Amino acid sequence: MEATSHSFVDNARRELASPTLRRALGMAGTGFPARRAEAVARLPEFEALRDEGKAIKDHTIAHLDYYLELYEKNVGAAGGVVHWARDAAEARAAVHDICRSVGAKIVTKGKSMVAEEIALNEHLEANGITPVETDLGEYIIQLRHEPPSHIIAPAIHLMKEQVEDTFRAAHTSLDPARVLSEAPQLCAEARAVLRPQFLAADVGITGANFLVAETGSSIIVTNEGNGDLTQTLPKVHIVVTSIEKMVPTLEDAATLLRLLARSATGQEFSSYTTISTGPRRPGDLDGPEQYHVVLVDNGRTAMIGGEFQDMLRCLRCAACLNHCPVYTAVGGHAYGWVYPGPMGAVLTPALIGLDEAGHLPNASSFCGRCESVCPVKIPLPKMMRHWRERQFAQSKAPAAYRYGLGLWAWVARRPALYHALVEMKARFLGWIGGERGRFRSLPLASGWTQARDMPAPEGRSFHALWAERQRAQGYNSPRAQ
Amino acid sequence: MSARDDILGGIRRSLGRGPVSGHDAEVLAERVAAHRRNLLPARATALDAAGRVELFVTMAEAVQTTVARVASDRDVPDAVARYLAAENLPAELKMAPDPGLEALPWHERPLLHIQRGKAESGDAVSLTPCLAAVAETGTLMLISGEATPTTLNFLPDTHIVVVRGWQVVATYEDGWDLLRAQSADKLWGLPRTVNFITGPSRTGDIEQRIELGAHGPRRLHVIVVGDAA
Amino acid sequence: MAEPVRVALLVTCLVDLFRPSIGFAAVKLLEEAGCTVEVPRAQTCCGQPAYNSGDKADTKAIARQVIAAFAGYDYVVAPSGSCAGMVRVHYPELFADEPAMWEQVEDLASRTYELVSFLVDVRGMTAVAARCARRVTYHDSCSGLRELSVKHQPRRLLDSVEGVSLAELPGAEICCGFGGTFAVKYPDISEKMASDKVADIAATGADCVLAGDLGCLLQIAGKLSRAGCRVEARHVAEVLADMTDTVPPIGAPHG
Repeated sequence: MEATSHSFVDNARRELASPTLRRALGMAGTGFPARRAEAVARLPEFEALRDEGKAIKDHTIAHLDYYLELYEKNVGAAGGVVHWARDAAEARAAVHDICRSVGAKIVTKGKSMVAEEIALNEHLEANGITPVETDLGEYIIQLRHEPPSHIIAPAIHLMKEQVEDTFRAAHTSLDPARVLSEAPQLCAEARAVLRPQFLAADVGITGANFLVAETGSSIIVTNEGNGDLTQTLPKVHIVVTSIEKMVPTLEDAATLLRLLARSATGQEFSSYTTISTGPRRPGDLDGPEQYHVVLVDNGRTAMIGGEFQDMLRCLRCAACLNHCPVYTAVGGHAYGWVYPGPMGAVLTPALIGLDEAGHLPNASSFCGRCESVCPVKIPLPKMMRHWRERQFAQSKAPAAYRYGLGLWAWVARRPALYHALVEMKARFLGWIGGERGRFRSLPLASGWTQARDMPAPEGRSFHALWAERQRAQGYNSPRAQ
Repeated sequence: MSARDDILGGIRRSLGRGPVSGHDAEVLAERVAAHRRNLLPARATALDAAGRVELFVTMAEAVQTTVARVASDRDVPDAVARYLAAENLPAELKMAPDPGLEALPWHERPLLHIQRGKAESGDAVSLTPCLAAVAETGTLMLISGEATPTTLNFLPDTHIVVVRGWQVVATYEDGWDLLRAQSADKLWGLPRTVNFITGPSRTGDIEQRIELGAHGPRRLHVIVVGDAA
Repeated sequence: MAEPVRVALLVTCLVDLFRPSIGFAAVKLLEEAGCTVEVPRAQTCCGQPAYNSGDKADTKAIARQVIAAFAGYDYVVAPSGSCAGMVRVHYPELFADEPAMWEQVEDLASRTYELVSFLVDVRGMTAVAARCARRVTYHDSCSGLRELSVKHQPRRLLDSVEGVSLAELPGAEICCGFGGTFAVKYPDISEKMASDKVADIAATGADCVLAGDLGCLLQIAGKLSRAGCRVEARHVAEVLADMTDTVPPIGAPHG
């Protein structure tokens, strides 16, 4: 998809003004954190598992080449084929080639953020192949020609009335007099409309939450069953995945799976967690005849060994989004690309560049709630700060801001001068603001006063008052009683 | 340079080393071969066999799986027939061609119309065995195979699973051990698919409200046969 | 009471400019806890604005000044989780690439505390002699909460204040939207966060909102008054130091 991250400020302003988004995000912002907290409370070992999960991912990344080769060998031994893709273009080409080789017309898709990242759907459509999103949220936004706004709940920004409108506009062969006002009716309609597509599909494409080196398996974690129908019914199953999804063994996967659903939705385990290894076996009554894995780099190897390596631990659970006051204020579309929220603020500049995505790591108050709920303890604010450091070093911040900061820092290193200036400022602002106690507007501070009042200073600086107090007491501090 | 070489080379460059070899490679190979278990939650491991069955039932019911308990294999056809009647479903089902299910006394329920094989789009009810039932989260473990086509787990509206009491294990890791044991003699290693199923299909994609039966079965019914061992 | 110790007050740049009363409240409480308090003159700021703007060089220069100014004291205490967190948690990260600095940085970091958690956790304070006839609610400032585990300590001491009743704030742990430069760089989003916080505060029916960080309090007080909401805002130290009746709340007339 075309990135609009550079317009984050305008995007955010537009999203903040939307009443339906307010209502939709309001539901999400209270629901997800509460359910996660309940799930965590039910598992006393959760904190210890976070440390184990972190260690497993760190170990894997530090030996990713070894595990990728082992994985590839085991995929082959199970009858599957691995395709390596350095970037989005190579990944799209690999998928297209496979589809073309079997004359595919219809392709069903389970939810895959990597497929979004490489802009797969547009490419297939441009080449005469119809991709059908089958995850309910993805299906809805596909009909609306919108990108997903959340990495596990793609349609979270919509209210049910909007879904009804979308279905009525798209499902024109159905009876217009039908009732579609409630969630059960909408879900039932989607089930009925998509079932024939599952059965008609020539190729099924899924993502992967994990890849297991020990067995050459891919794992998907879902609730709807669409991922499973997508990968079982068609003749060909293609897994589109990025290289850092790797874990060494099935036991390692189990540890991370214990963290994933609890962190994402507050479930103990998702309805369907499926481990797939190769195509159908001789004697199997169903299953695809071909199993392909497209392993996508698209910027990950460049993150290894550097300041952003920790980001490669990400399980894509979305806990950070759900707990982020910025995300729950502006929603996912404001971020302008595939990955929103705190994880998007760190990952997006790494994948599409700091020039395009520079706002994202800056639009954070560093409250740290994201890091506190990350199942694998990714230090998200720290990495956002690293992006800011790069921007500062490249002189990317606005000039007035940089000079202001530089000047302030210069004064701050000269305490006597600093104290004199602060005392002056305190007296001045305290004097002009003291009667009302606050400023409704203040020159050079409109960034603040456009949204809130500025309380007036008390009128003297602490250091000035302290010095006076010291002199009055003859430099003796009062003794403790 | 192939994409493969570029990517592997890129990883090695980023890590500041060449390919893993010698002793380092042995260490990694040993780690994989040993597939040591990490921390296991005490929730299930602290229980005895009977306790695990109880936990499995409790956790399964908490996610809208319905559970019926019967004393022995003999009681299964009756339990199936009664479940279908209670749910107002026609007395017909598609059964996995599994010898263990086949051996049940279906002749005692002649009005139950049973077909064997993979699921087709018209099938309303399926009946399958499982490899194991994981107590820690009320999760069924089903594997694909000649006798257990995967489509039975996903296409029909109603999925019935027979679980023998002795199949209830504490953790997923216990399930991996069973999986490796049954894969050991297979040319292809693991089966094509291992499905961990925890409750019926669901979605929260419309205003965060949980709806059952998104694309997979809207009803998951488990018949637990006997006790622990 | 624990043995007497020499404490250096890290005033914080916001307290210095906007509200010295908080500094004096801190001194009073520290003295009640048996500390001798000094205020090193060579301090200006902990360097966090430069740090969060990605300017490591200036941050380090300011940090070196802080390290020098606060050398030799038993403890360094700040009426701010954000500033104490900067020294305690971030200074070691800041100098991770300068092994020559590690010893002094670790030494300073290990002696640095946020005020209320210092009083309770280190000095063993369990009660204060203060009176405050208000229904109050408490906002957990992010840095103090997440970097320094400041959570139960202010509530413990507030519990001992005569006449006060505490109504827990829904979403107490959700950011108020200050975030230093964030508040002026992304005012639309900051404003939304402030509005949500003010709505939560109003819903408690409290007369007064308290917190341990003046940055949060300026944001909250500024939004309360812009919204026409009559809830007062104070630093928790002022209440604990029995200054409720002598110092006007934040943003109130005092000319």
